[in-house]
Amino acid sequence: MTFKFNNVFVNNTSTVTGPYEKEGPLGNKFDKSYDDLYNGEKSWEKAEVKLLEESIDILLNKSNKKKEDIDVIIAGDLLNQISASCYGSAKFKVPFLGIYSACSTSTEGILLGASLIDAGRVKNAIVSVSSHNMASEKQFRNPTEYGAPKPRTATFTTTGGASILLSNTKSKVKVESATIGKICNMDQKDPNNMGAAMAVAAADTIYTHLKDNKRDINYYDLIITGDLGVYGKEILKEYMMSEYGLELSTNYNDSGTMIYDVESQPEVLAGGSGPLCSPLVNYSYTIPLLEKGVLNRVLIVATGALFSPTFVFQKEPILSISHAVSLESVK
Amino acid sequence: MEKKDYKKIVDKYKAKETRVQNALVAFLIGGFIGIIAEFLIQIYSYYFNISTQDASVFMIVTLIFVATLCTALGFFDKWVNFARCGLIIPITGFAHSMMSAGMEYKKEGPVYGIGSNIFKLAGSVILYGVVSAWIFGMIRFLLFGGV
Repeated sequence: MTFKFNNVFVNNTSTVTGPYEKEGPLGNKFDKSYDDLYNGEKSWEKAEVKLLEESIDILLNKSNKKKEDIDVIIAGDLLNQISASCYGSAKFKVPFLGIYSACSTSTEGILLGASLIDAGRVKNAIVSVSSHNMASEKQFRNPTEYGAPKPRTATFTTTGGASILLSNTKSKVKVESATIGKICNMDQKDPNNMGAAMAVAAADTIYTHLKDNKRDINYYDLIITGDLGVYGKEILKEYMMSEYGLELSTNYNDSGTMIYDVESQPEVLAGGSGPLCSPLVNYSYTIPLLEKGVLNRVLIVATGALFSPTFVFQKEPILSISHAVSLESVK
Repeated sequence: MEKKDYKKIVDKYKAKETRVQNALVAFLIGGFIGIIAEFLIQIYSYYFNISTQDASVFMIVTLIFVATLCTALGFFDKWVNFARCGLIIPITGFAHSMMSAGMEYKKEGPVYGIGSNIFKLAGSVILYGVVSAWIFGMIRFLLFGGV
């Protein structure tokens, strides 16, 4: 399912991160970074709420908008009942839509917001996502102080909040089209190798997007997946080749391998993950390049492992999904 | 593509774990803790003039105290990450698992937080420890008459 948008533009973006992202290769490109994972709050969950809230505050500031100008906030995160999004958006008193699509929440939000704008229902929509390394460790794995050793295929949840303001007023970057992904199942059961579970969803969405739009893989200057990590990236390349005969070469990269320096930050193992991973890289690196005209066409393919500890303990596989959004530089 | 063919691709790009190195580190550090424990038993039984059996209880309490203190100060998790089973298998790992769970759920209060979560990791160890103690106790009783 792919659709095109005519009058949806990226007005502005904002990023707030934790210390590990600050030490990474994109460290100086974020709007704000904290040195402490608590960022002045009393618990991991409250810290995540604050990060999301702050990203919206910064976004409103940067784009000279008041909260009254915003018609809808669409937000999602990893915590149970997407609570970081709910608590973080509460103070703005703006119509709110909570969404969940694991680590592909950001593109799901953008495609929903863009659809509302394109249909003329709203003028300005904010899409926010957040994740917190410690809050997700606590919820999905072991107590944070336990520090259970993990295999190298495991990924490291990014910490922070990111928001994007979509609008119907013209700007330098256009939301051109979007593809809604399908839920994929390749019988992957290892929660420490999510890249393997998600690669198939990314491949399916990229293929569908190119086919629906009748485009060649080289049409895009950059195809950027969400959080496959070092190993997932290789799996995607090989699967893409053998299943669809498409070669992901120099115009392909993965946010999970870009947000951290895998060599000098060994604690991140195979790379970054979480709903924040893809927007952090795209809002701080890809969109500025589109604005400058260095890149002209970019396909953002955020990837989500629909991982439930309960179902995995009950021997069910990890499902995955991926939504794609195509952005274009406006001349 | 069939699921089994996909699995082949996944297996091809699986990271090689340094198992031999991990095992060696765990063996050395676990062994080192054993040496410290034996040393403590000797010290306690010599200076406090108590039996070796009583001294081993003192030794266990000491190790538990040191491990929980290190967890509370926030660096035991980094050691566990390096030493792995070398610190998890001895009593230090048990103490660490309870302390880390207790610290993590402190924010949710004494009952719904610490109370209901402190055995989150240690619960399995206690349950199956008791069950296996019963099984081996029965075997000993039936085969050797409880000697």
